[in-house]
Amino acid sequence: MEIVVIQVLNSLFYAAVLFLIAAGLSLIFGVMGIINMAHGSFYALGAYVTAWSVAAAAGVFPAAALYIFLPLGAIAVAVIGLAIEPTLLRRFYRRPEEYQLLVTFGLLLVLEDAIRLVWGGTPRTASGLVDSLGLVQIGGLPYPVYNMAMIGVGIAAALGLWAFVYRTKFGVLLRATAQDRRMAAALGINVGRIYSLAFGLGCFMAGLAGAIVVPSQAAVLGMGVEVIVLSFVVVVIGGLGSLEGALVGALIVSALRTITIQFWEEIELAALYLIAAIVLLILPTGLFGKKA
Amino acid sequence: MSAPRAPSLVRRAAAAAAVLAALLVVPAVAGTYQTQLLTYGLTLAIAALGFNLLLGYTGLLSFGHSAFFGAGAYAVAFMMRYLGVSSMELFILGGVAFSAVLAALLGVVCVRHTRIFFAILTLALSQVLWTLAYKFFWITGGTDGLRVPFSKVTLLGGLVGFPGADAFAKFITSYYYYVLVAFCVCVALMWLIVHSPFGKTLQAIRDNETRARFLGVRIWRYRWLAFLVSGIFTGVAGSLWVPLNGLTTPDVLYWPQSGKIVFFAVLGGFRNFTGPMVGAVIFNYLEVYAVAVTEYWQITLGVILIALVTFLPSGIVGTAARLSARLKRKRGAST
Repeated sequence: MEIVVIQVLNSLFYAAVLFLIAAGLSLIFGVMGIINMAHGSFYALGAYVTAWSVAAAAGVFPAAALYIFLPLGAIAVAVIGLAIEPTLLRRFYRRPEEYQLLVTFGLLLVLEDAIRLVWGGTPRTASGLVDSLGLVQIGGLPYPVYNMAMIGVGIAAALGLWAFVYRTKFGVLLRATAQDRRMAAALGINVGRIYSLAFGLGCFMAGLAGAIVVPSQAAVLGMGVEVIVLSFVVVVIGGLGSLEGALVGALIVSALRTITIQFWEEIELAALYLIAAIVLLILPTGLFGKKA
Repeated sequence: MSAPRAPSLVRRAAAAAAVLAALLVVPAVAGTYQTQLLTYGLTLAIAALGFNLLLGYTGLLSFGHSAFFGAGAYAVAFMMRYLGVSSMELFILGGVAFSAVLAALLGVVCVRHTRIFFAILTLALSQVLWTLAYKFFWITGGTDGLRVPFSKVTLLGGLVGFPGADAFAKFITSYYYYVLVAFCVCVALMWLIVHSPFGKTLQAIRDNETRARFLGVRIWRYRWLAFLVSGIFTGVAGSLWVPLNGLTTPDVLYWPQSGKIVFFAVLGGFRNFTGPMVGAVIFNYLEVYAVAVTEYWQITLGVILIALVTFLPSGIVGTAARLSARLKRKRGAST
């Protein structure tokens, strides 16, 4: 029984991470119509920046104060995203999708190596953050409080994003631009600014996912390349461009992952990719996607 | 924008003959290493040729062609390891069979969609194969992969083998010509395919699906056939590549390998027949020399890719064709 509780918690923690990545991916696609192949690399970048800054501050600050460095990864990635959108991506919105995929694939190659250039090949962790929160006993089995706190962060991020998109003026502008770019521009909305901010927000969330993951598992090379396909699975199941879909997709994928790892470890990823393919066949727009 | 007028068939044949003549003398003038590099380039060019039947002629961007390349490669490795086969001709047949079955199956699923969904479907399904190769290590060797040493490979029905200590140079020279013949056969076949009524129909679907449908074309079936043929060509490339590499690992199935194949096509220019092949050969040199010069070769390739899609979207061959056409027009105007 305790095992089940712990597995559910693990699954929720993983779902929180996946949701943050997939929601950013979906937001960027929903607003700008671009599939960002480099999104996983933004996640990796967030993890590395957080691990690096926490490690740099570890001797100077008391352990509990290190938490203020956790969001640094997310902020850094958001800044990079805000810089990349107008300089690199803007000229591709009117071009065919092949070019959009390719330019972000090029970005992925650059980011992956930039990470290796700056931080080298050794894994980086910020495990001090997990230790400082200690463990909680679940029916006699120890479980890190940190993971539970980060499930909370995931829920808060989901709620925050929902409120931002559906309850603020900026959210209205964002949805208007996503629905009809030309009409929005005609009504006087600064579409270019909306695009930049949407891309920055999407990057922020990917960076945040990396930031909350790195204390519990080390940042390693290739983590971004690995996660991007999985977040495609999430958004395909949930429906491209839908935030609700990203949430439900993340919960489904991480639950399936936990179950398959428990019972038949070899088919874990294969099962997930197959399910994504099946969903695309039966429900091309996913569970929550709008009809094209 | 008007496309440059296509050169006449005679001039194309003359150009092809000149390229072939140059390729024939390479092992005589270049060393073993350069010959080996070009052999790699030619196998990749076959993959690019197959890939471009989908992207350039059918308008479908596959981000899962690593699946077929890997299928061809693993078919060879499996045949060598579990069936004791050593004949390259049998390997190629096996690679064709394996990749054809795979492409037929995946094709049924993938061609139901186009554009971004097609790309994601091919990506997801190719990754299924990658995880299988990666996880079922007792069959596939896992991350260590399966070895295909050249010394165990025989060419031309067992007539040519490569035993002995200094066999490597001999292998490279013979294998270069072997791959060159396969390459020429593939190019000729693909040329016939894209200029056949079938190829023309694919281009019609690419340019205007609705109109093609109204003309009574069975879109789905044509796309499926294109997917099948494309997969087989890429599978043959994988089979030819393995003895050269001596080893196949799950990396050839991992999705960045598919990204590389897309890169070939964009580098050369996917809107013309020769572009992707030229792109593959050039990419191969780029990668080898970038790796030799810097540890951070991916940055180099990434920057080149971004610069290409930003400034030279029609690729090297496409741009060269436009430039030469402009030059000719100018010359024509001045005389």
